[in-house]
Order: sequence, then C-alpha cells, then structure tokens
Amino acid sequence: MSNVNGAPAGPVEKLLAGTGTFLDDRLRAAKSTRTFLRKIFPDHWTFLLGEIALYSFIILLLTGTFLTFFFKPSMTSVVYHGTYTKLHGVRMSEAYASTLNISFDVRGGLLIRQIHHWAADLFVAAILVHMLRIFFTGAYRKPREFNWLIGIVMYTLALLEGLFGYSLPDDLLSGTGLRITEGVLLGIPIVGTYGSFFLFGGQFPGHDIIPRLYILHVLLIPALLLALISAHLFLMFHQKHTQMPGKGHTDRNVVGQPLYPYFAAKTGSFFLFIFGVLALLSTFAQINPIWLYGPYNPAEISAGSQPDFYMGFLEGSLRMMPNWSWNLWGHTFAWNVVIPALVPLGLILTAAALWPFIERWLTGDQLEHHVLDRPRNAATRTAIGVATVTFYGILWLEGANDVIADHFSISLYLTTEIARYAIFIGPVVAYWLTKRICLGLQRKDAQSLLHGYETGMIRMTPDGEFIEEEQPVPEEARAVLAARQDYAIPLPAADGGEDDGVPAPGTRGAVGKLRLRFARVLLEGAPPAGDGHGNGHGNGHAAIEHGEPERAAVTTGDGPPSGTAPDHPTDGPTTHSG
Amino acid sequence: MGEHDQDVSRPDGEPERSRAPYRVIGTPAPAEERTLLGTATADAPPPPAPRELPAEPADLAAAKRAERIIAALFILSALAGIGFIAAYVGLEVQTNLVAVLRSNLALGISMSVAFLALAAGGVLWVRTVMPDVELTEERKPLRSPEDARQQFAETFRESTEASGFVKRPLLRRTLILASLPLLAAPVVLLRDLGPLPGTKLRHTVWRKGLRLTIAGSNAPIRPADFDSPGGMITVIPEGYANDDDAIAKAAVIIIKFEPGQLAYPTNLNWTVDNIVAYSKICTHVGCPVALYEQTTHHILCPCHQSTFDAPRGAQVLFGPATRPLPQLPMGTDSEGYLVALSDFKVPVGPAFWERG
Amino acid sequence: MRRRPIAGYAVVLLGLIGIGGTYAALTAHGSPASAAAPAANPQQIAQGRTLFVQNCSSCHGLMAQGTATGPSLIGVGGAAVYFQVSTGRMPAKELEAEMARKPPVFNEQQTRAIAAYIQALGGGPPIPSAAQVSTAGADPGLGQELFTENCSQCHNFVGAGGALTQGKYAPALTASTPTQIYTAMQTGPEAMPVFNDGTITPSQKRDIIAYITQTRTEPNPGGFSLGRIGPVTEGLVGWIGGLGAIILAAMWITAKRRAHR
Repeated sequence: MSNVNGAPAGPVEKLLAGTGTFLDDRLRAAKSTRTFLRKIFPDHWTFLLGEIALYSFIILLLTGTFLTFFFKPSMTSVVYHGTYTKLHGVRMSEAYASTLNISFDVRGGLLIRQIHHWAADLFVAAILVHMLRIFFTGAYRKPREFNWLIGIVMYTLALLEGLFGYSLPDDLLSGTGLRITEGVLLGIPIVGTYGSFFLFGGQFPGHDIIPRLYILHVLLIPALLLALISAHLFLMFHQKHTQMPGKGHTDRNVVGQPLYPYFAAKTGSFFLFIFGVLALLSTFAQINPIWLYGPYNPAEISAGSQPDFYMGFLEGSLRMMPNWSWNLWGHTFAWNVVIPALVPLGLILTAAALWPFIERWLTGDQLEHHVLDRPRNAATRTAIGVATVTFYGILWLEGANDVIADHFSISLYLTTEIARYAIFIGPVVAYWLTKRICLGLQRKDAQSLLHGYETGMIRMTPDGEFIEEEQPVPEEARAVLAARQDYAIPLPAADGGEDDGVPAPGTRGAVGKLRLRFARVLLEGAPPAGDGHGNGHGNGHAAIEHGEPERAAVTTGDGPPSGTAPDHPTDGPTTHSG
Repeated sequence: MGEHDQDVSRPDGEPERSRAPYRVIGTPAPAEERTLLGTATADAPPPPAPRELPAEPADLAAAKRAERIIAALFILSALAGIGFIAAYVGLEVQTNLVAVLRSNLALGISMSVAFLALAAGGVLWVRTVMPDVELTEERKPLRSPEDARQQFAETFRESTEASGFVKRPLLRRTLILASLPLLAAPVVLLRDLGPLPGTKLRHTVWRKGLRLTIAGSNAPIRPADFDSPGGMITVIPEGYANDDDAIAKAAVIIIKFEPGQLAYPTNLNWTVDNIVAYSKICTHVGCPVALYEQTTHHILCPCHQSTFDAPRGAQVLFGPATRPLPQLPMGTDSEGYLVALSDFKVPVGPAFWERG
Repeated sequence: MRRRPIAGYAVVLLGLIGIGGTYAALTAHGSPASAAAPAANPQQIAQGRTLFVQNCSSCHGLMAQGTATGPSLIGVGGAAVYFQVSTGRMPAKELEAEMARKPPVFNEQQTRAIAAYIQALGGGPPIPSAAQVSTAGADPGLGQELFTENCSQCHNFVGAGGALTQGKYAPALTASTPTQIYTAMQTGPEAMPVFNDGTITPSQKRDIIAYITQTRTEPNPGGFSLGRIGPVTEGLVGWIGGLGAIILAAMWITAKRRAHR
C-alpha cells in the first residue's frame, strides 16, 4: 500500500489504511475526528486549573477502586489483633480494622490510601482555584452560564464526597465530624430529628451510617460527578475554550495550538505531573494517620479536631456563632446551629449561582464573550470576588482557631471575638482595597499605553530639563493592555440621554433606578488615558473604548453628560503624576 | 501527477516528501496542467491541502539535544517503574511499622520518579521537539442560523401537534396524574431508613440504681476512691461498655470539688461528697465535653469552645452552646458505689426542634 | 511497784506510737497502692530544706504555707514537687498564664531532695519508684482507651498538646519522662485535673505511660508526621506544596517558548 506520493507506506500510513478505514467504514468519523484533532486550545497556565480537578478525580477513581477491594464498610464491632500491636485488644468497627489492614497489611495499601486522600484534598482545592479563575476573568458570561452552574453543583458534590469519604474509616477524628453533623441535623427546625434518625438509621451512631455513606461515596456521587464532568467538558468543547486578551484574539476566533499532538501531549504530561506530585506527597507527607487517632467512641474526643480543609469554613461558622436560640411554644429554634450550617454556605452558593444572571441584568450585556477580562479591568467584580474570598477565608481560619491559639500563643476566646467582628469588617475592607488597586492598575495600563514603559534612563535636554526615556509598548503587550472592555455595553443613560427624555426600558421605577445605580458601580473603571477625560481622575465614568460612540455615557448626577465633547483641552506636556 | 514525483534526497540522506512534482527549472509543466480543457478529475485525487504544521521544529540543534535529555528521562522512568515492581515484590509490610515505612518509601519514590520523569520528558518533547505553532480557528456564533431555528420550530410544532399532547387536555392531565404517585413512590420507599424519633431523644439508659463505671477500665467507683479535689474522670453506665448508641448519650464526667465550692444552680441533692456528675455530651452539637480546667473550674468543649461553669450547674459562659450540661442525679448504693438516682431530668446533647 | 529507769522510755515510746497511730488513722487517704518510696533520710530533707528556703520560699513562704504569689505546698506531696521542678516549671522566673516547660534549674538529686522536704513537711503523694513507672508488661491498648477518654481532649490524640482558655494550654508530651507523666496525673498541675490512684490505678497509669511513650517514638510510615495534629497542617502542605508545585508545572507547560519571538 503506497501513500499519495507513491512512496512505500510508513507506520502512520499503515495505521490510517488499516485501523482507520476499519473504523470509518463503520462510524463515518473522518470529518468529525479531523475537526477534533485540529481543535485549538489557547495557552495560559490558568486554563489548566480545571484540568487539575479533572485529573485528581481520575486518580481518585483509580485509587478508590483499589481501596474498595479491601475496605469493609461495616460497623460490626471487632477486637483487633493485627499488625499494629499497639491497638491489640481494642474494640473497633470492621471498617476501622479493614483500614488498618489496608495501611499495614496490604503492600502499597498505605501509599494508595494516602494518594487517595491527598488527591481528594487537591480535587477540592483545584475546584476552588478554578472557580476563582472563572469568576475573576468573567468566563461565566454568556454562553457559559450552564458550565458555571454545573461547576457549582460539582463543587457541592465534591464537598459531600470528601466528607463521606474521610468518614468511612470510622476513626475518632471523622467520627467526631459525623457527630457534629448529627448535632447540626438535629437543630434544623421541624424535620431535623426525622432527618437525623433516617440518616443514621436511628440514634447516633447506629449501625447503618458507614455502609450508607459507602454507597453514596463509591457509587452515587461519583456517578453524578462523572455525568456532570462529561457535560462540563462537552460544553467546553462545543463552545470552544475562552482565551486571554492578546494580539489577534477576538470574540470570533480561537488562537492556540491544536489538540493533536500538542494539547494531547501537554495534557497527558500534566496528568502524569499531577500523579507524580501526589505520589511524592504520599511518600513524604503522612496524611490521615487513623491508627494514631484510634477508633471512634462517642465519649472520646481530641483537642485540635478539625475536618479536612474544605469543610473548615463550616466548622469556623459553628465556632464563631454566638449562642442564640429561641424557645417558643414548646419548640426550640436553635439559631446557634441553624445559622452557621445554612447561612454562609447558602449565601456563597446562591450568590455564585445567580451572579452571571445578576451581572447580565445589571449591565444589559447580551453579547457572547469569548475573550476573557483581565481582573483589573472589571474592578467591581474583582473586588466582590476578593470580598467573598475574605469572607470564606475568615470562616476557614476560625475553623482552626484552637490550633492557631496554641501555636501563636493567642488567647483562645480572643480569636473567636476577633472573628466575630472580622467577618463583617473584613469583606468591606477587602472590597474597598481591591477596587482601589484595580483602578490604580487600570490607570497604570492606560499610562503605559500612552507614554510607554519607563526605561529608567534619564536624559538631559539641551535646555537643562531632565526627562526619562520611554520605550513604546511592544505589539503583543499593547493588545493586552488595551483590551479593556472593547465592547460597548448599551447601558441606558440616566435621564434618557440625548434622545427624547423617555427613560430606557428597564430603568423605570424603583427597581430600575436601583439597577442603574448598581450598574454604574459595576462598570466603574478608570478612564482610558489619551482622550482627555481627566488625568487619572476616575469619577465614575463608565469605561468606554477610545473612539467608540458614547452609548455608555453616564453622569455622576450633576454636570453635563460626558457624551459631549470634552471641554478641557487635551494634555500638553506629559505629566508623570500616575 | 504521481508518476512525475520523485524523492528528493536531503543532504543527510533522509528522503523528504515533496508536495509538488519535481522538475528541473525551465522544463514546461506536464501537458495535463497546461491544457485549457477541463481535466477528467473523476479518478484524480484532490490536491493535498497546504500544510498547517511544519514537520520539524525551527531550532533543530536544540531539538536534538533535547531528544537525548528526553530519552534519558524516559529511560529513568522505565527504571523507576521496574523499581516499583521490584519493591512491591521484595518488601514485606506485615512485620512492623518500620517495614511499612520502608515499603511506602520505596514504592512511593519509584512511583513518583516514574511519573515525574515521564511527565517532564513529555513536556520537554512538546516544547522543544514539536515545532512551535500558533493556529487560529474561526468561531461561529453559537446562535443557530435563522433557517435552522425555523426548521426546528416547525418540526417541534408539527410533532407536538401530532402527539396530541396539547390538543387533548384529558390525556395530558391524566398522564400527569399517573406520573405523580410514581414520582412520589421512591421518596416514600425511604421511610424505613430509620425509626421515628418519638421521645427517644429525651431519655438515656441511666436509671435508678445503675452504677457509674470508669470508661476504659469499667470499674465502679466509691466516693472514697475519688477523693482528690480537682479530680475528673469519664464514666459510663455499668454494662454498656460495648453499646456505642447508649454511650453516645449516657457518657458522663464526674468532678470532685472542695467543700463549699458547689453552688446553685447545681442541685446539691444530686451530688455525693462534693462529687458532681454532668453529661459529657455537649449541648451545642454533641461533641464530648471534657476539657476540665482545675484552676478555673471551667469545662471547655474542644470542638467549638463552648465553656461551662462546673461549680454552678455547668451553665454556659462562652461559646455557641445554649443550654447548660444536664446534671445526672447521683447517689450511692448499699455497697457504697456511686449510682444514678434516675435518668437525666432534661434531654442531653444538642437542642432539637421538639425539645421545648 | 519499783520504778525502773526503762519505764520512762517505754512510756514515751508508747505515747509516740499512740500519737503516731492516731494521726495516721485520722489522716488516712484512700491510696491503696501507696508507693514503696525510698525512705527519705534526714540529710536529704535538710538539703531540700536549704534549697527550698533559698529558691522557693520567696513565693511559697518559709514554711511552704503559701503567700500572695505562690500557693501553699502543704500536702501536695513529693510527686508534685518532682513534676514541677524536674520539668523546669519551678522555680518560676515570672508569673504567666501557665508555666512553660524549661530546662530544669536543679538536677535530679536536688529535685528529689526538695521533694523529700515537702513530703516530710506536709505529706501527699510521694514520687513513684522506678518499678511503678516501668512500662514492662503494660497494655498500650488499654492505655489508648484511657488516654483518649480522659487525656486527649486537652493533649490531643498522641499528646501533641492543645489550647485551653485565656492563654493556658495543655503541653505536648514529647519530652515528658514516665515519672513526670505519672506525677502529673497524680497531682494535677495547674489547670490539669487530678487523676488519683483510686480512679486510674497505678497499673492503668503505666498503661497510659506505655501508650504515650510508644506513640511518640513509633515511626511515621506515611512520611513526615506534619506535627500529628491533623488536617490543619495537612491542608497547608497540600495547598502550598501540592497545589503550588502543580501550578508551577502548569506555568512551565504553557510558557511561551523562547524561540517564539
């Protein structure tokens, strides 16, 4: 069989002729596979964060399957007489004993168990940073709202999956977590006691919880996750990946490297990297040493009991809550338990789920977005994100407050008192700080575009003046710096603008005015340099691209709309007020 | 076309596939290509598309150097993989912890090296051996073209009409009616997941005459044994040492005080010899609360730092707990051992809706 | 009846026995497994008294009766002294929320001397003998149960320590000798409760000591222990070490190639 040019066939040609025709005869796959092979993937390291989550999940599946061959999900009591002699004669559940068995009697068991646990931590950590990247670059905007929502659901499932997973060995630390779960459930009004009895098959701890968590952990939730991951990836393939702003990057193209061989090789290597790092961690960093914790006994507890990090923020909420509860009409409203259990998580998840739609409603932006925002160019969005991260972070830190108190010699109660105030003050300060930093960075970008980069070389002019030489921004960087909201958002003017005095639809009434006010805050940005709108005096103008029609003109309330030609002259000598 | 192609040899002897027919400059093109008449293209293969990817990277020398490094990494990975298998076969684990440590180290290091070397080799390969490209692919707007939408709408409309679902409300409504119980059935099937709570949360196994025993040693206690002020110990009801369900509500701590330290609202009738018994189950969310500070007489729960005032009825001083620790009515039996006088007078543990 | 000279001595002896016996009967504590402590000789007590007066009496009073700055040591026993002095907590340089373990000021012999003096002064639990703290034949499994029931809520699963309120803390047990562990349980130093021999018998104390000492010396088969305090340090290592390394790899993989303009 010769190739097109008549030369003898190499291995590639043989493959195409043999397997290739075999498959295509049956599947009609030539065209779609060709498109698939040529699919373009833009390159940025932040685009690999989701892959960390994906590959951690695959590693979890692989190591988890191994573990299921040895783990016994049973709460039947046994007395231990195995390899770990220190626990001889101790009463424990079969689940705990089988985990000791995996760790000490199965070759590679401890390594696989540790890889599984490290991978679980990495899975949720990767989801969090990936979620943050999506948020800060605005990748959740149309057309990717579905993927955002799927992602939030997957985050919740990942939390549950991890919680159930580390509770399976029935050790003292995770058993305490289950006890807390039961206590929280009990506190829920009306259905709490029923929920707790149904979950545990009676009173705590019962004999059913471990087998039940087992099937949730190895079958139901992984199945759901697999389905959602497939949907998530399919949508990403179908809609094509977003790309960072850059030279030649538009909303109408994707610039990058093809899947075969480039992206396939890169992603395959990345998978091996992740597996390697996890193996390294599992060799040198002991995790979840259940033999040190001992088997679970409801009368036993250890100082410094914490859940795995991703549950830390819930733990912190429980710790910092003041002891409010009502006792009315023969019923207890256990606010001290219900609020921490439902409010922080509920707030964050609901706000996150609604955010793309809120932003769309506020800005009226109906366009497809495939070029990402630089976080600095969406100052309010970034500030809200950082404020949320601060909120989450304070809760997370409070979850470790006894460890912090012990190791940094801070009074225990003081840490909780500080957290109670910081939870409100922190996000506000973070918002304000982040916003100012973003606006400052925007001004710096505008200055760079206008004046070029500072070279640090000072030159004296003939009349004795010292000026700094500047280097114009190179092409590639220019595209990035200038890529600030290069689409006009048809924001309705406050008072109808120049048209006919009739307020635009959507801005009428109390809701409309609120919408307008929030929209102005959301779109606030430093004006681009060089078109005369103040030298870095950001006074609430909506960001407008140089030369675009002033559809987004919004005033601060007094003074003429800035849609008119600038009254003040353009800049004379360049000033470096920055 | 094919018969005019020849292999052009490159200086180092490797043949290169040329795309166009090779001919000496100046020689006229084959007659087929010069004719003004259309060629019979029925059996002629279409011209190959122009190349998008170069065959070789720009910097060949760097690629050659990298090739050696990559090959070395792959060989290292192979060796590490073999090492993994050897470590698995050769190292036992069941003897003691040191054996487990050794096996974990050997297996882990070989696995890490195998993966990381392979990964590093792969990345180097992409970055140095594969030619550097940047391709652009067009995006079409995701919105379907109008005619496709029209067609879809038509098809959907027709099919729905044909189904009769909209036009025949009786069918539609009875279908929905039929599906409701079927949807509810799986939820109903979950009822036997557990018993109804009833009044179970209001009672523990403590009852009159049941002895207090030290958890772990299961020994009953005489007040004379527990006579050091500042002492504290965990107790469980006699005979329930293997019953975790019972222990989860019946675990108790007893604390010995100096005379005169116990005060209202501690019920002094329920104390023996300045020994008081409190439930060990925190009234916040159920952790065992046993962190007794002898100097301040505070009981601290390590989970969320609820603090209880032991001499005064275990009232809440700080933290998220709302109710004091229930006090167990305690007395002595005929042989002088500490016993419960009755069950707790209030439900132990976390607050729940029906607690009141 | 003719008086013999020895009769006087006999009466005194009887009187002493009577007083001693009455005193012993009245002040008997329920310490069934009392230590067969080495009998303190008068020289040791005298040395202890000298050391006490020089170094401890400024806070604890000349007769160990206590002052505003230091509690009374009457009845605390040699065990308490041994614990406080051998761990370097006493003599205290300054008053803190809780005295920290420090390099001890006195050596073993001096410590035992002071302990003997306080023991002779007011009684209390004596220093346990070497046999009493030996873990030969002890049951660490029972020790694990007892430790986790009564000790780990302050000291953590393996004795890595934990926070208490208002600046106090339960110290890590990594450096504690068996005698120090025993005496701590027996005397309940500072905020620690007292676990007398009636509730945790000497045999059980040895089981607990066996658990603590065995656990702290046992190897960590999974790698570095990360402090053995649980998910907090694990999370730090996972985020900074694990995710950090992987993100660095991601940056390498996607970096622009040098040749590419």
